[in-house]
Amino acid sequence: MTEARHDPFHDIARQRHAAELGLWVFLASELVFFGGLFVTYGLYRYAYPSAFEAAGAETAIWLGTINTAILLTSSATMAAAVWAGEAGHKRHVLIGLALTALLGLTFMGVKGVEYYKDISESLYPGAADFPVDMPGAQVFVGLYWAMTGVHAVHLSIGLVAVAITLWRVRAERFDWQNTALLHVLGLYWHLIDLIWIVLYPLLYLMGRSL
Amino acid sequence: MTDIAALPEPHPATPRPTRSYLGAGSDLRSWLLTTDHKRIAILYALTLTLFFFIGGAAATLIRIELITPAGDLVSADSYNKLFTLHGVIMVWFFLVPAIPTTFGNFILPMAVGASDVAFPRLNLLSWYLTVAGGLLALVSLLVGGVDTGWTFYTPYSTLYSNSYVTLAAAGVFVAGFGTIATGVNMIVTVHVLRARGMRWMRLPLFVWSIYATSIIMVLATPALAVALLMIVVDRLFGLSLFDPDQGGDPIIFQHVFWFYSHPAVYIMILPGMGVVTEIITCFARRRVFGYEAMVFAILGIAIFSFFVWGHHMFVSGQSAWASLVFSILSFVVAVPSAIKVFNWSATLYGGHITFEASMLYALGFLGLFTLGGLTGLFLASIPIDVHVHDTYFVVAHFHYIMVGAMVTAFFGGLHFWWPKVTGRHYSEPWARLAAILMFVGFNFTFFPQFILGYLGMPRRYHSYPPEFQIWHVLSSAGAVILALAYLVPLVYLTLSLRYGRRAGDNPWHASGLEWATTSPPPRDNFVIPPTVDTDPYAYHAAHEEPSERDESGGDHQSSRKDEMP
Repeated sequence: MTEARHDPFHDIARQRHAAELGLWVFLASELVFFGGLFVTYGLYRYAYPSAFEAAGAETAIWLGTINTAILLTSSATMAAAVWAGEAGHKRHVLIGLALTALLGLTFMGVKGVEYYKDISESLYPGAADFPVDMPGAQVFVGLYWAMTGVHAVHLSIGLVAVAITLWRVRAERFDWQNTALLHVLGLYWHLIDLIWIVLYPLLYLMGRSL
Repeated sequence: MTDIAALPEPHPATPRPTRSYLGAGSDLRSWLLTTDHKRIAILYALTLTLFFFIGGAAATLIRIELITPAGDLVSADSYNKLFTLHGVIMVWFFLVPAIPTTFGNFILPMAVGASDVAFPRLNLLSWYLTVAGGLLALVSLLVGGVDTGWTFYTPYSTLYSNSYVTLAAAGVFVAGFGTIATGVNMIVTVHVLRARGMRWMRLPLFVWSIYATSIIMVLATPALAVALLMIVVDRLFGLSLFDPDQGGDPIIFQHVFWFYSHPAVYIMILPGMGVVTEIITCFARRRVFGYEAMVFAILGIAIFSFFVWGHHMFVSGQSAWASLVFSILSFVVAVPSAIKVFNWSATLYGGHITFEASMLYALGFLGLFTLGGLTGLFLASIPIDVHVHDTYFVVAHFHYIMVGAMVTAFFGGLHFWWPKVTGRHYSEPWARLAAILMFVGFNFTFFPQFILGYLGMPRRYHSYPPEFQIWHVLSSAGAVILALAYLVPLVYLTLSLRYGRRAGDNPWHASGLEWATTSPPPRDNFVIPPTVDTDPYAYHAAHEEPSERDESGGDHQSSRKDEMP
């Protein structure tokens, strides 16, 4: 194992603080990134409320709900891994990270099935037999693809990061007890989860109240 | 050097106890894989210089084309691609990264007393992202060009443009991550790595300005990223987010774009303000007037910058109420900028001013920024903006800020810190000549454009009615002087690397931790980690301030006692 502290820090506590602060700042940046999509969604929702309801009712609510449950569970397993890291239980860190990666992969699999279903039901902008013939409906579906797509990219990055961390903890390639790496990974994972918690009502519950 | 108690002051003649950062190797590997913030700053400086001259070449062609009213040198289509190239390269690959990644990288860690930035490897990654983004943009501009203008307005950029919009947008997108990474690095460095005793209210104003800039970088750049992403998915997958046929609204793109691009103006100008503050206080030999006011003005500009974007859209069809509110907020953001101008003037008042090259640049900044800022207020008032929107008046206004102020500040900082970075002096007479040439050439180029715009010449046209020709010829003539003025420093600065005399550690007798170490600095910046026990800008004792002298009439001790609680 290499030394946990590295330049330019003189002590490990400050280094931890720096890593956590850096990630929080990055998360703020991520929120603005998704914020641009949310604002666009909000403005169009305001302009075309009925088209958004009609198009929203076309999304696959069961798959979306299952995925919400999967992702929330993965956040719990991630939190367990971080907690185990602080307590120094290596085996539990590994189990937590492995479960998180597994749940993340399952989410991506379900999402893939859903995308396949969407395409076969012509639920994409410019489709020849697009199901909802209202102005603004295609914009909703365009946003659905853009938002879930960007979220999936973030989740994929998270999966790679979890896999690398899993391998490095297993091989004792870094000091997982004293550095902030597990904590920082957890923060990023929770952000992906948090974004999905907002996306779920915007994309799946829209127009289902009738 | 009263503010650095614990630091040794090595005599320039004595042999250096440690090697300078330049001594860590000179092969390509030692540069391309470095994590030293000083070397990364130099990598950035070389890269940005290249982009500056590419963008400048496009501007030169534009100015040559505009000498005659007929569109005879290039076709209308090529002209569109030329000004897009000029805008994209200059905004994202020169102005935005210019000062934060060069002087911010080189000076900021030293100025707070750290041995490096908080995340050295992320710092190197930022440079690679900037280079990758720049290459993507360059390739898109070389294989066929982009004709949308640097603003990528929809639906033009999504439905109608056949040029390489996707590639150029991808380039800007990638470089944006480099900007965000730099911002994160600077924020964390200032929070976590300040030297012992370096309290927040002791930070040099240059550090404050980079800190505020970094906050804008981190919170605004992702809006640009998402705006460009929406264009790219529209072009690649036909998501038609802004297609009016499907109910899309192109104005929404403008809102998201300007939510980034107006704060980006302050990303470009705030670091320049910081540099100029350091120079003016040093060569006036005076403590900065109103340090706290300067700090709050910097933070005020950073915060207000997020609430004025709608003033770019007065004629885009946004609601009249929105325009009214954005107009008022744009006037509000001028207040902290004005506070800074008055404080710089008050710093100069009663100072022992000397006119070194960097001071000439700083004084030029002061005048040009004031002109650019005041014409910005014209444009913030709706009736005038409706009249001159999309004319050369707007072009002249933002060039006064971007080139007149920001590029001048960049050159000011370059001359101010050159002896620290290289350990050598450049030729002072040549440097002064270049500074004066740049000021004259700049005004010669852009002042006629105010008149052109007021007379009604719209921007982005390659041919125009003959009555405008005299102003265009004046502007192009000025551009020749300006181009020359930009080339001169390239020569004498390069020559100084070999023939310049040794500068010593603190040639300007400036305060600030970066001057307390050797020139060029060692790898870890300081031999002994510094501690700070006084406020910044200790050019002389407080009772020697001219304002004190005026009030007390010589007997300053008694008047000082009266003011004490």
